[in-house]
Amino acid sequence: MGKKWLTYPYHIWMALFTVIPLALIVFFAFTSPTGEFTLTAMQRVVDPIYLGVFWHSIYLAGLSTILCFLIGYPMAMILVGTKLKYRSMLVLMIVIPMWMNFLLRTYAWMTLLERKGLINIILTSLHLPVVNILYTDYAVVLGMVYNFLPFMILPIYSVLMKMDKNLIEAAEDLGASRWQAFIKITFPLSLPGVYAGILMVFMPAVTTFVISRLLGGGQYTLIGNLIEEQFLAVGDWNFGSALSVFMLVLILLSLGFMSRYEKENEGGMFF
Amino acid sequence: MNLIKKLYAGSIYLFLYAPIVVLIVFSFNDSKSRGSWDGFTLRWYAELFHNSEILNALYYTISIAVLASLLATIIGTVAALAIYYHMKPFQKNIVMNLTYLPVLNPDIVTGISLMLLFIFVKFELGFFSLLLAHIVFNVPYVVLAVLPKLKQFNHSLYEAALDLGATPRVAFRKIVFPEIMPGIITGLLFAFTLSIDDFVISFFTTGSGVNNLSILIYSMARRGIHPTINALSTLLFGAVLLLLLIVNKRITKTEMN
Repeated sequence: MGKKWLTYPYHIWMALFTVIPLALIVFFAFTSPTGEFTLTAMQRVVDPIYLGVFWHSIYLAGLSTILCFLIGYPMAMILVGTKLKYRSMLVLMIVIPMWMNFLLRTYAWMTLLERKGLINIILTSLHLPVVNILYTDYAVVLGMVYNFLPFMILPIYSVLMKMDKNLIEAAEDLGASRWQAFIKITFPLSLPGVYAGILMVFMPAVTTFVISRLLGGGQYTLIGNLIEEQFLAVGDWNFGSALSVFMLVLILLSLGFMSRYEKENEGGMFF
Repeated sequence: MNLIKKLYAGSIYLFLYAPIVVLIVFSFNDSKSRGSWDGFTLRWYAELFHNSEILNALYYTISIAVLASLLATIIGTVAALAIYYHMKPFQKNIVMNLTYLPVLNPDIVTGISLMLLFIFVKFELGFFSLLLAHIVFNVPYVVLAVLPKLKQFNHSLYEAALDLGATPRVAFRKIVFPEIMPGIITGLLFAFTLSIDDFVISFFTTGSGVNNLSILIYSMARRGIHPTINALSTLLFGAVLLLLLIVNKRITKTEMN
């Protein structure tokens, strides 16, 4: 297989469709509409108004990630503990909802959450107070948790499945309580799955513009909405690119931070 | 304890399936508004086949997904072979990092960067830009599915075939290719599912008049989604479930034999 030329098409492909497009974003981020080098767009990004938008996105995405972790981890443990006969079916049932269009499922939450929606009809019939969370931050967080929960459950589940169960028995034989065995053995060993889950939930959540657009109402702009607006409504490519570059840098920093932390301290993130 | 576990799992499934049940129920609702239930009807299913907007979007969704996943599979497989056989470790490192980049990049950045590229080189936004964008984001997944299979493959087999007189081409087709086939299929299926469900990248790289289902749903969402979309999604969802049941049954059958 001495055909060295075989590598060239992929080099060209990547240069064209990965390197140049990203270079274009960087180029627009540091130029004026007439094409001269300028830092104006980047300076606008660090304006308190826009930094507030960044903070708001990170806050909502972070909150959703934590909720996904708190809800998803016990679920992954329950799945691991079920009988072999039902397990694959139950895992599959976590995946199946993702086969229905993501926008439609989010839209269906509008039907459920409306002032006279299904949830409120049920609440009223039970003589409970109604909830009006549609078009608020709560609805955005709910939408994020709903859409990305499987991405937290599945990696944790697969790591827990591969774990050597004898370790827990050994710990219990040596006198550890079930809780101690969990904290000292199960949880640290499941951390790679937790990291993968955090990554797979936080990344799409922090950059989304769909969930906030559908469930969040106009005034609750996230960074994704701001970027989308710049390109498709305002037409300010320079500012839009500057926002994207800033967002990418933030994401890369947090990724780098997480992977460094993971290597330095193999024990874990919380203990 | 067991009861608590069952209740917990049950409420998670309720949470995951509630919106889907709502969508399916409302596809049979004899009212255009999503607020009220006016009785059972099948008219949205009948209307579906006369709604050119929806049929068009369905056509674009499926044709883009089929073409993009097939072409991405070819490009990705050739790329994986090239990476595995013809690159020095240093080169391999750079190329693999670049391959991972679109996977890790947020969709919105990929979408915008491709849009900028198309506009920059004056490539008209429409069917072909959409197709190209889908191929671009599918290729890395194929590469990442095929490469592990190449690493697992025992290369003495290939050399043995050559020693026994096979030409490199025949040895590749008869020995290497069948071995990496599962990886290629995985990549193809993954690419297809990603493509059929994509919204963000499509949203930025399509032109006027070319909508896939996700874009159509997004544009409808604020003014209210037409119940025919619910009908279509119910049909598609049912089709996927049916496919799954058939595959599952065949697997258990072959296991029994």
